[in-house]
Amino acid sequence: MTADLSTTAASLVAQAPDTAAPGARTAAGSLLAADVPSVVQSVDWLAIAPPTLTALAALVVLVADLFLPAHRKRLLGYATLTGLAAALAFLIPLRSGDRSTFCVTTGTQACSYTADHFTVVIQALVLGGAFLTVLLSLDDTRRLPAGEYWFLLLASASGAALLPASRDLATLVVALEVASLPAFALVGIKRGDRRSSEAALKFFLSSVVATAVMLLGVSFVYATTGTLHLTEIAARLDDVPPVLDTLAKTGVALTLVGFAFKTAAAPFHFWVPDTYVGAPLPIAAYLSVVGKAVGFSGLILVTVIAFPSHADVWGPALAVLAAITMTAGNVAALRQNATRARSAVRLLAWSSVAQAGYLLVPIAAAAYSSDEQIGSTVAYALMYAVVNLGAFAVAALVACTHPGNRLSDYRGLYATRPLAALALGFFLLCLAGLPPGIIGLFAKVTVFSAAVDAGLGWLAVVMAVNVVIALYYYLQWTAILFRAPDGAPERTGPDTAPPTSAPARRFRAPTPLTTAIVLTSAAGILLSGAPQTVLRFAAVNLF
Amino acid sequence: MTVIDISPSVMQFLLAFIVVAPLLGALAALLPAPPGLKGKNPDQAVLRHGVTVTGAVLVAAIVLATGFDHDHPAKMQATTDISWIPALDVRIHLGIDGISLPLLVLTALLTFLCALYSYFKLPAGPSPKAFVALVLVLESGTLATFAVLDLLLFFLAFEMVLIPMYFLIARWGGDQRQAAAWKFILYTLLGSVVMLLGLLLIGLKSGTFDMVALATDNGRGLTTSVQVIAVLAIGLGLAVKTPMWPLHSWLPDAHTAAPTVGSVLLAGVLLKMGTYGFVRILLPIAPDGMRTFAPYLAAFAVVGIVYGSLACLALARTGAKGDLKRLIAYSSVGHMGFVLLGIATMTPTGVNGALFANIAHGLITGLLFFLVGAVKDRYGTADLDTLAGATGAALYGRAPRLGALLAFAAIASLGLPGLAGFWGEMLTLFGAYSPAEGLSRPAFRTFMAVGAFGTLLTAAYMLIVVRRVCMGEHAPRSRLSPDDRAQQPPTGPQPPTGPQPPTSPQPPTGPEPSGTAGPEPSGTAGPRTATTPQLADIHPYEAAAWTPLAALTIVAGLWPAVLLGLTDPAVQQLLAGGKS
Repeated sequence: MTADLSTTAASLVAQAPDTAAPGARTAAGSLLAADVPSVVQSVDWLAIAPPTLTALAALVVLVADLFLPAHRKRLLGYATLTGLAAALAFLIPLRSGDRSTFCVTTGTQACSYTADHFTVVIQALVLGGAFLTVLLSLDDTRRLPAGEYWFLLLASASGAALLPASRDLATLVVALEVASLPAFALVGIKRGDRRSSEAALKFFLSSVVATAVMLLGVSFVYATTGTLHLTEIAARLDDVPPVLDTLAKTGVALTLVGFAFKTAAAPFHFWVPDTYVGAPLPIAAYLSVVGKAVGFSGLILVTVIAFPSHADVWGPALAVLAAITMTAGNVAALRQNATRARSAVRLLAWSSVAQAGYLLVPIAAAAYSSDEQIGSTVAYALMYAVVNLGAFAVAALVACTHPGNRLSDYRGLYATRPLAALALGFFLLCLAGLPPGIIGLFAKVTVFSAAVDAGLGWLAVVMAVNVVIALYYYLQWTAILFRAPDGAPERTGPDTAPPTSAPARRFRAPTPLTTAIVLTSAAGILLSGAPQTVLRFAAVNLF
Repeated sequence: MTVIDISPSVMQFLLAFIVVAPLLGALAALLPAPPGLKGKNPDQAVLRHGVTVTGAVLVAAIVLATGFDHDHPAKMQATTDISWIPALDVRIHLGIDGISLPLLVLTALLTFLCALYSYFKLPAGPSPKAFVALVLVLESGTLATFAVLDLLLFFLAFEMVLIPMYFLIARWGGDQRQAAAWKFILYTLLGSVVMLLGLLLIGLKSGTFDMVALATDNGRGLTTSVQVIAVLAIGLGLAVKTPMWPLHSWLPDAHTAAPTVGSVLLAGVLLKMGTYGFVRILLPIAPDGMRTFAPYLAAFAVVGIVYGSLACLALARTGAKGDLKRLIAYSSVGHMGFVLLGIATMTPTGVNGALFANIAHGLITGLLFFLVGAVKDRYGTADLDTLAGATGAALYGRAPRLGALLAFAAIASLGLPGLAGFWGEMLTLFGAYSPAEGLSRPAFRTFMAVGAFGTLLTAAYMLIVVRRVCMGEHAPRSRLSPDDRAQQPPTGPQPPTGPQPPTSPQPPTGPEPSGTAGPEPSGTAGPRTATTPQLADIHPYEAAAWTPLAALTIVAGLWPAVLLGLTDPAVQQLLAGGKS
């Protein structure tokens, strides 16, 4: 379904200069006069396989839900897993990164869909993240409407997979909306839970505002350049007529503001904590990794590919945004009360805001030096995806026995579940960037090195201070894990804990959750031994 | 000249083994013991595991030292160079020369002695399993710091010690351990992240992170402004670790709260990572930048010397409630001041002196922390006033060997000629008398004078400590037979401590303790005998852990050439860059 959408969007775009561009300049107009060969674009089905397959799986699950009896609904989860695994498998033939499709048949040959290295890596991240989210949710969905849940998740994942491949603004916006709209529903899927609906509403409103602002910006850019293809925009923004210059600048700024909303960069981050806390835990994990990846890949595409000529505008802006974002996230995370309900998720939410700040640094650095800096963001995002999903997986495991999910519930986890505690400790230290989390350390080093290389010394220093602030709460949480378990487990929360804790004394960890924790820790340890696996993206040009 | 001939590939393996074995040992410590190695109980088995691993590492380090080509200590030996992360240009480049070899052996030795000590005297706290694993990770990180020749790997090793040390202090420490552990890790991390920025600046501007290549370049590939910024950033990180006044404030808290083993490793090994970084990275790689900051570094160093000594004097005063561990921590600030002064002179004499003082401080302060830990175990407190009571803790009388060893360590620490502490301080001051070209001579001579004054202050507080801890009135109760004890009461009921003040050597102790020790005399009839029981003297395991340190202190004091012969050629080459 999504693929169809994108096809129509792409072909619309392809025809835009020819048919419906009253504001187009003479260059576009002259195309009209030329004899038009065939405007029908060829489709490379293999290149678009990953998002298409995900979208197909979504439809299959939705339809199958109608015919499956209630006790077989579990099969839907496994179908979802299979669909995502197949989509991931289709990335393997694409790894050479030289395919593109939906290209304009005349003139510039600009393409709307490109499966270059950047696309393949981000698609792997997004689909892998969705795969792990499914593992986290398999046990959680018994209380949720299963069919809708899997359908929405797959639909959102297909949009997220389409986004890094899109190379024109219309496809980009469509992909972004396909990724976001199901996410609103997923956040609010807990029927009858007031907090869940409130979170969904908050998320929806802020996201819709962001989309509106972005669309306005996109329309300004289109008005001044007469094209939607990113590469074309880059070429034409240079010689915008002086009258339209302000309009072009405004368009660039508004587009970026829209993406800043999506990436939850400060000051557009306020929706994050409430949304994460209100959403089902796996969806919070999904938003923190896949949702963020969507925002970032969009931001990278528009800044580096579409607006390189305005680097003097968005470079400093992003640098300041990065500094504010990481500081705001870390300071807020520092102030979390350990005994407040769901403080663990709240802390992870604020930490994800702070991490978004680090992710912005190389993009800002790209404005000052070269596009290769983007690789640092990609490498960091891969590391962050693995360890953050791992941390959420352990949080989901703890939530099985302590629905309150307070930080104080983690006290003495090592005594009851030594391996889970070790895994969480490892993930947190990776996020903090200290050995034994070697991959976290080197991912931070690449980000630092991008900043230093670009001459952004002040930003590097701000980030250094932030790393120290972040260590405080990450290490505090880690230290709690290894504390001796408290004699009185009900010391902190007599309100919710007692009814469930008694039967859960000998609680066996659900297999999917265990699998997710094992997968993420194995990946984390593997990457710590061979950081080159992800860091190589930091050293090459991905486009 | 090598003591024994070992093929290069074996040397290579030994060095890699020294760095990796503790890590593997730490992993193994977390696993259940294999059958046949279970020992009496799991705790004993894991502690024995710690002794075995650190022992194996020590043996490897000693074999490495014997196989080291002592004719060419300036040459990197036992080198391994493998590409690890091409994206960041990080190479696993290991190697040792005359500068790093002594530190490597010192680390292996101190960790082994700590493991041995904990085998018999487990620090109070949670499971020994985690304790052993953390000590092993700490050892690996420290050894790696001294063995790696890549800037980013150096940073990795530098960071590796933070988490284990944090948990050692926060879990096995004494009062105020949480706050002290936080202070330690946040200070050091802030320093080391800033250091990372400097390292990246050097690496990106010169195009390589390889320390040997950079040292050969001797800063020729870097402009002066880059060097100045890099030295500022890296120096800040190293100065926090060393610690240099005024960035030292984490150290006394960390030492006071840490368990004995933690204190020994912190003072003996961890502080050396900072000074080693100065010598290995800043001096050869950014000499111009270093020259800019050398006078400031020297000034801070001598302020540290005087400040540390004055702080110790204040703590040693009667009624100051000074903690012995805290006092030795402050004395470390002073001693590291000498090391920094030596480095700041940028002359071979000064740097050699600094490296010598480094090793000497590791031996002597390690020993002192062991001894103070033992005193604390016996008395239940390290508070000097409580210990000393009215007249002194009377360690000579109550535990003669312990008292003698403590006095020996204190005297070694104040720099008595013939012991290890002397040479480092003397060479440093010599170096300051004629600093390198381009450095202000009058300024450095002033620093020398102030530093020399600091040695006097050091002597003053060390002697006060010896007097208050080792000397004092002692009524040997255990030698009293029951009949004697029956005869005791006639002397007991006398006005308590009435006759004591006149006989006690120092007047100020008279009135003060009567307040603090008030409850004791007002207690039972025989309080004087109850407060000074005979204490357990040095146990065999304590003797085993401490003798090597005491012996090496004497050896290094009487035969300094054994160390200087190693460091001098390497230092000459470092300062001259690729020219010599």
